[in-house]
Amino acid sequence: MMVNSRTWQAAASDLATGRSIFVALWAEAQDDGCIIHLAGRPQGSGEVRLLSLAAPDRLFPSIAQHHPAASLMERALCDVHGLTAEASPDPRPWLDHSTPYLFKPVTGDGVHQIPVGPVHAGIIEPGHFRFSVNGETIIRLEVRLGYTHKATLGLMRGHMIDHAAQLAGRISGDSTVAYAFAFARAVEQALGIKAPPRATALRGIMAELERLANHFGDIGAICNDGGFPLMNVLTAALRERVLRLAATCFGHRLMMDRIIPGGVTTDLTAAHAKLVLTTLTDLRGQWARLFELYEKTASLQDRVVTSGWLDPMIAQRLGCGGYVGRASGQDFDARRDACYPPYDTLAITVPHLTAGDVDARLRIRMAELEQSVTVIRTLLATMPPGALCTPLPDPANLTTIERNDARVGHALIEGFRGDIFAHVRVHRGRIEDVMLRDPSWFFWPALEAAIEGNIVADFPLCNKSFNPSYSGCDL
Amino acid sequence: MRKTLIENLFRGKLTEPPPPVADGEIADLVSTLARTTQQRLGRSLAIRALDAGSCNGCELEMIALGNAYYDLERFGLKFVASPRHADVLMITGPITIAMREALRLTDEAMSAPKFVIALGDCACTGGLFANSPACIGAAAQVIKVDLHIPGCPPDPITILKALIGFTDSLKHPAAGRA
Repeated sequence: MMVNSRTWQAAASDLATGRSIFVALWAEAQDDGCIIHLAGRPQGSGEVRLLSLAAPDRLFPSIAQHHPAASLMERALCDVHGLTAEASPDPRPWLDHSTPYLFKPVTGDGVHQIPVGPVHAGIIEPGHFRFSVNGETIIRLEVRLGYTHKATLGLMRGHMIDHAAQLAGRISGDSTVAYAFAFARAVEQALGIKAPPRATALRGIMAELERLANHFGDIGAICNDGGFPLMNVLTAALRERVLRLAATCFGHRLMMDRIIPGGVTTDLTAAHAKLVLTTLTDLRGQWARLFELYEKTASLQDRVVTSGWLDPMIAQRLGCGGYVGRASGQDFDARRDACYPPYDTLAITVPHLTAGDVDARLRIRMAELEQSVTVIRTLLATMPPGALCTPLPDPANLTTIERNDARVGHALIEGFRGDIFAHVRVHRGRIEDVMLRDPSWFFWPALEAAIEGNIVADFPLCNKSFNPSYSGCDL
Repeated sequence: MRKTLIENLFRGKLTEPPPPVADGEIADLVSTLARTTQQRLGRSLAIRALDAGSCNGCELEMIALGNAYYDLERFGLKFVASPRHADVLMITGPITIAMREALRLTDEAMSAPKFVIALGDCACTGGLFANSPACIGAAAQVIKVDLHIPGCPPDPITILKALIGFTDSLKHPAAGRA
């Protein structure tokens, strides 16, 4: 809905007071200036609403001045489209690395800085961390991203749906299923079609396998950074089992390009369905023992409990979803609250804790593993027969009205990190406008807040417990 | 903890034995890799991973190489924390403009002889991002690449298989940039 500047500012103050939750902010180039889009949802609801504001002079009233959680997205869109956010609290460039970056000054007796990155010591994505420390204690962390900026949204605009779907699956490789799922749902809504029931059940199975694989990886990696590599070795083997299962059943270890607008590309045979069940039963037996090991290892508990505490108030203001939000008291899961197939027929219980520390984020993941197994079992038990894909309407066969009519769709999908928002506008089979918003946009500022007062040596541990995506935000 | 350790001890190792010689590839890999890397670089080949804009898919499979099934280090291959420790620079991603300088500095920090591997479709050709205004594209456009490993992402077995071709090439005296 196009709005004027007054309604725009009123929407921003609704975000600031917590009446609505910030979802995404992006811009779209027009012949005469730009249009800025703001997506939000009411507190506790998954129903996303859009507001659009014309910025004919490349100026628009800043959302971040009212609601700081929008700051990174606002800075990114200003860089990409050459816009200015009026009264912005932080007008520094974000994706644009052409000028030296001015970190916020931290002063005081004995305060010094530790610059880290963009190249890190492990096999990790690139980003720069600027720690201001006093002795061992971190006073402030500033995260500088944009190193993996590939202009992905720009590459999707103007292209055919199938090409754009491939790019959507490469926004963040670890969430390729969730992104393909979100993009497909948004396109289907725009075109007014529905994926067949068998396809949605298979989408659910793939999404849960992706969640299992990533949670195994994260649980091990967190323990590894807590000085307990044994857990990492054992969970890495469980992760490998899931990836091999995916390769056997769906033909690709990460299940890239298996979900497409209209449905899925790959069926699950009865023999493979049985293999999924037996593998899950075996894995479940193994991880029950691992969680016992986690709880009974005092040296590990000493590292994870109370470390990296994220205040539930901050989690709420930032609109943190996923394990980060749910470990800090936020009771939101798009599978339940934005209710899309195949989850609309399932009873999804959302585990949430209030402790907000590394331990809580790890325990949420453990609880979600159990839940994913239940979901997969239910989906397999009730797997409907039928087609795998609903064909998209052929742009050549559209009526004149349909041809001139650009159609909009959006979706909120629960990836392993949290809710992924997808928005598209489709016109004659091409993507005119698109936004794909990763949950990590809110994890980075949450991490900056949570790390304050922790020691430098605990940063990898805390960072891993958030596990924000770099590529997912560097759009 | 004791229970877990004992259980794993009796369950036997997950590491997969090289497949039958008739199948070839892994058995070859074990023997050739050990022989050639030893010849040229002693007992080990140290790899420095550099993400130049990847979607992180390639990183996931690189990390998987270290799990108990593939156990990369038994082949004398290991990922190291600093370019100064590395013999090989393994690049992923379509070389974003923002990472060009970091790539140059990382390359400079490595001592000779050094080798460069482009891992994944993006680093090999630019992949889906070849036309991006924010990316340079193939790694070969900014650095001399000794080995290309395509795939989106290449799976761990593909990466291992490719490394054998690479180590074979090390036998030639001209290999490596001085």
